[in-house]
Amino acid sequence: MFPWLTTLGLIPLVGSAAVALLPKGRDLLAKQLALGVSLLSLLISLLMLTGFKTNTGTLQLVESHDWISTFGIKYAVGVDGIALMMVLLATILAPIVILGSWNEAENGRFSVKTFFALLLMLETFMVGVFSATDVFLFYVFFEAMLIPVYFLIGSFGGAQRSYAAVKFLLYSLFGGLLMLAAVIALYVISKDQLGAPTFDITALTKLHFGALTERWLFLGFFIAFAIKAPLWPFHTWLPDAASAATPGTAVLLVGVLDKVGTFGMLRYCLPLFPGAAKYFTPLIIVLSVISVVYGALLAIGQTDIKRLIAFTSISHFGFITLGIFAMTSQGQSGATLYMVNHGFSTAALFLIAGWMISRRNSSTISDFGGLQRVTPVMAWTFFLAGLSALALPGMSSFVSEFLVLVGTYTRYPWAAIIATGGIILAALYVLILIQRTMHGPVTAGNENLPDLTLREKLAIAPVIAIIIFLGFYPKPILDVVNPSVAHTMQVVGVTDPAPTGGK
Amino acid sequence: MNFQAPVIQYSELLPILIVLGGALLGVLVEAFLPRDRRYVAQVAISLVSIVAAFAAVVRLHGTSTIAAEGSVVVDGVTLFLQGTLLLLALGGVLLIAERRLDSEGGAFTAQASALPGSEAERTALATGIVQTEVFPLTLFALGGALLFPAAGDLVTMFVALEVLSLPLYLMSGLARRRRLLSQEAALKYFLLGAFSSAFFLYGAALIYGYAHTVSLGGIRTAISTSAGNDLILLIGVGLIAVGLLFKVSAVPFHAWTPDVYQGAPTPVTAFMAACTKVAAFGAILRLFYVGLGGLRWDWRPMLTGIAIVTMILGALFALTQTDMKRLLAYSSIAHAGFILTGVIAANQSGLQGSLFYLAAYGFTTIGAFAIITLVRDSSGEATHLSQWSGLGRRSPLIASTFAFFLLALAGIPLTSGFVAKFAVFSAAYASGSTALVIVGVLSSAVAAFFYVRVIVLMFFSEPKEDGTTVVIPPVMTSAAITFAAAATLILGVVPGPVLDLAKSAAQFIF
Repeated sequence: MFPWLTTLGLIPLVGSAAVALLPKGRDLLAKQLALGVSLLSLLISLLMLTGFKTNTGTLQLVESHDWISTFGIKYAVGVDGIALMMVLLATILAPIVILGSWNEAENGRFSVKTFFALLLMLETFMVGVFSATDVFLFYVFFEAMLIPVYFLIGSFGGAQRSYAAVKFLLYSLFGGLLMLAAVIALYVISKDQLGAPTFDITALTKLHFGALTERWLFLGFFIAFAIKAPLWPFHTWLPDAASAATPGTAVLLVGVLDKVGTFGMLRYCLPLFPGAAKYFTPLIIVLSVISVVYGALLAIGQTDIKRLIAFTSISHFGFITLGIFAMTSQGQSGATLYMVNHGFSTAALFLIAGWMISRRNSSTISDFGGLQRVTPVMAWTFFLAGLSALALPGMSSFVSEFLVLVGTYTRYPWAAIIATGGIILAALYVLILIQRTMHGPVTAGNENLPDLTLREKLAIAPVIAIIIFLGFYPKPILDVVNPSVAHTMQVVGVTDPAPTGGK
Repeated sequence: MNFQAPVIQYSELLPILIVLGGALLGVLVEAFLPRDRRYVAQVAISLVSIVAAFAAVVRLHGTSTIAAEGSVVVDGVTLFLQGTLLLLALGGVLLIAERRLDSEGGAFTAQASALPGSEAERTALATGIVQTEVFPLTLFALGGALLFPAAGDLVTMFVALEVLSLPLYLMSGLARRRRLLSQEAALKYFLLGAFSSAFFLYGAALIYGYAHTVSLGGIRTAISTSAGNDLILLIGVGLIAVGLLFKVSAVPFHAWTPDVYQGAPTPVTAFMAACTKVAAFGAILRLFYVGLGGLRWDWRPMLTGIAIVTMILGALFALTQTDMKRLLAYSSIAHAGFILTGVIAANQSGLQGSLFYLAAYGFTTIGAFAIITLVRDSSGEATHLSQWSGLGRRSPLIASTFAFFLLALAGIPLTSGFVAKFAVFSAAYASGSTALVIVGVLSSAVAAFFYVRVIVLMFFSEPKEDGTTVVIPPVMTSAAITFAAAATLILGVVPGPVLDLAKSAAQFIF
C-alpha cells in the first residue's frame, strides 16, 4: 500500500530544506515555494482520504518499520478518524497560514526564508505527532515540535518574544519530561508483561497495572497534555506565547499544536490508563469547568486583542476536555469536532486580528474603533469569525459545543449547566470586542486603514467557508469521527448512560 | 626455586601497547628531532597510533580473554570503551594539534618550564617555536585511559589511574594565555587528584586485607563465600569509591572540575572531559559489577545517594554560571549523575545504557568544547557568556551547531543525549529505582533551563560590539566538530547499531 502518511510528512520537510537552502535575498521565491509545498501537502492529504474507510474505528493507513529494535521502538504511523481530522486540520491551515503571514517575517531577527522553512518543518512534525502510533515516536515528535515553534516565537514575534518563547519552551519541556518518566515506565512494564518491550499503542492497552502505578503514569501523561492544551491552572504560558507570536504562528500554536494536548488525552490517557482516567475524571471535570469560566472571564477583561483571543481559547479548551472526560460518545465526538472547529475559528480570529494590528501598529483594543466603515470586508469577516467563536447556531462551533454539553449533561448535569454559562460569557467577550473595534465612530488614526487585499481575502475565504459549511452540515466529519470514538469508548470500557436518565 | 615467566598475550594488549609505544616514540622525537620538525612528526605519530590502535580494537572484536596473568581483562566492555576512547582521542588530538586559530600558534604555551612573565618566557615567545611535549603526554594519558577500564586487579587499576592522571595534571597547566590561572588549575587538580589516589590506594589495601587478593575475580569469590564481619570490606569499598568518583566528578568530589575545566587549555579540557569520564566510568563499572557484584545491596544505596545529589547540585550550580567552560563543567557533573543511574541499575541493560551514554556524552562534549575554541576576542577565547550574545546573527552555522550540542546535552529527542538518557533511566526504573528516575527527570528539566538560556543568548540577544569574533574553523577543528556533530546526530536518529553493539558488549568476564 502507498505510504500516505510518510509521504505527507516528508513533503514539507523536503520543502523546508529547499526553502532554507535558497540563496539570500530571494524572499519572494521562498514564500512561493513554501506556499507551493504546503498546497502539495494539502493535495496529498485530500487524496489520502480515498484510502480511508469510515466504517471502522480502528487504525488505518498504517505503516510500521523497526527503528530502534533494542528498545522495541518502531517507526509506526496510522490514523483513526480522530487523528485523520487533526492531520487534515494541520494540512489545511498550513497554506492558509503561509498565505496569511506573507509579510510577517520582514522584521524578524532572522531572514524571511527561515520563517517559512520553520513553518514547513513544523507542518512535518504536526503530521507526525498526530499519526504516530508508537508512543516513543509520538514523544519524539511531541518534543521536536517545540524547537521550530520556539524559534518562530522567539525570532519573529513581537516585543515580549524572547520571554514568551522561553516560557513556552520551559513549560512544555517540563511537561514532556514528566511524560518521559511515564514512557520509561511503560517500556519497562511492557517488557515485563509482554516478554519484549513495545511502544505500540494497541499492544500497550493490554497491559495490567497496579492501581497506584496506573494513576502515576496517567498523571505523567495528563500533566504534559494539560500544559499543552492548556487547562487551568497550567495555562499561564499561552497568553504570553500567543500574543508575542506572529499571527500565523499563533494560529498554528493555538489552532493545531495545542490540540496535541486534547488529542493526547483521547488517544493515550484514556485507552492506556482507563482505570486511572475514571478515577481522576471528577477532578478533571472540575478543572475543565474552571477553565471554561475562568478563560471567558479573563477574556472579557483583556485590553490586547491577541491576549483576548488566547483567553477565549483557554475557555474553549475547557469545553474540549469536558467533552472528552464526560466519557459519553456525544461528548467525545463533540470534543473532536470542537478541536477541528476551534482550529478554524481561532485561525480566522488570529489572522484578521493580525492584519488589523499590522495596519494600525497596535494590538490594543482601544486604539481601534469604527472599522466597519473604513474596512467593511475586514469587519465582516472578523464578525463572522467572532460569531463562530461564540458558537452561534449556524456556525460550526455551535454543533460541537451543543454535543459536548449534551454529552456532559447525561453524566454531570451540574458541570454542563455551569459550562453553559460560559456560552453567555463568550457572547459577551466577542460582542464587546466587535463593538469596540468595528462599531461606533471612527477613532483617530483609523481613518485611512486599507481594507483586505486580494491575498488576504484568498487566505481567509476558505476558513470562513469551512466554518459556515460545517455549521450546517457537520455530518462528513461526524461520520469519520464517530466510529473512532465508539472504538475508544469500547477500549476504555464505558458505555453511554441510558438516554431516559431519571437518576 | 622455579621462576615462571609470565604469559603476556601481546596481541590482546595491542591497542594499549600501540598507544604507549607511540607515546615513547614521541618522547624520542622530542629529544632528537630538530625543533621545527617536531610538530609535524608528533601530530603524525599521534594520529597514526590512535588509528592503528582503533584498527587493533576492531580486529579484537568478539574476544574475551583474561590476559597478562589476570591483570588485564579483554572483554566486550573493555573493547567497546577502548574503541570509544580512541575515537574521542582522535577528536581531542585534532583540537590539540590546531594551530591556525590565531596568529600566535595554538592554545599551548611556548615553553611550559618558563615561569609566567619571566625572561625565559619572553625568549621562548620570541623564537616563535612552540614545544610539542603535549602530544606524548596525550598519548600517555590515553594509554592509561585504555588500561583503566580493562584492569583485572586493583593494582593495575591504580597504575592505570596514575598513568591517566599524571599527564593530565601537566597538560592542564600548559595554556598559552592566562597562564597563572592554568597553572593554578593544574596544581589544584594535582593536589586533589593525589589525595583521591591515596583514598583509592588505602581502600585497595583494606579490600586486600579482607579478600587476601587484589584480583577482582578473587574479591568476588571472597565476598560470595564470606560470612564474617564485613566492616573492613565496606570501609575499603567506600574509600576506593571516593577515588573513582573523584575522577568522574561526582558530588561531593567535584570541586576541582569547574576550576580545572576553566583553567586548562580548551583542547585539553575537551580531551579530558570526554576521555576521563569514559575511562573512569569503565573502571567503576568493572569494579562494582565484577569485584563487588555480590555486594550490590550495600553499594547501591550509597551510589544512589551520590547520584541524586550529583544530578541535583550539578544542574542547580550550572544555573548560576557566567562562564561557558564552567557551565559545561557543571553540566558534566550533572551528567556524571545521569550515568550513575545506569551504573546503579546493576543489570545488563544498565551496563548497556551506561556504555551508550558514555559514547554519546563523549562525542557531544568534544564538539561543544571545539566550538568554544572558535569564539575569541583579542585576549584569546571569549568564554564569558555575555560575549556569546547574538552569536546566532554573526555566524548562524557555528551557533546552530553549538545549539545542537546543547540540545543533545539537554536530552532532546533526535539527539544522542535523549537515547542515552532513555537507556539509563529505563534500566534504573527496571531495577526498582523509581526515585532515581524521578530525580533524574526533574534535574533534566532544570538542566534544560540553562542549556536553553545559552541558546536564547545566542539567538535572541543583540550582538555586542565588544570585539568578540568567531573564527572560521580551520581544517582540523572543522574535522573534529563535523565528526562530533555527525556522531551526535547518528546516535540520536539511528542509534540501533551502536545500541546493539553496546548490548553484545555488555558482558563482563572474570
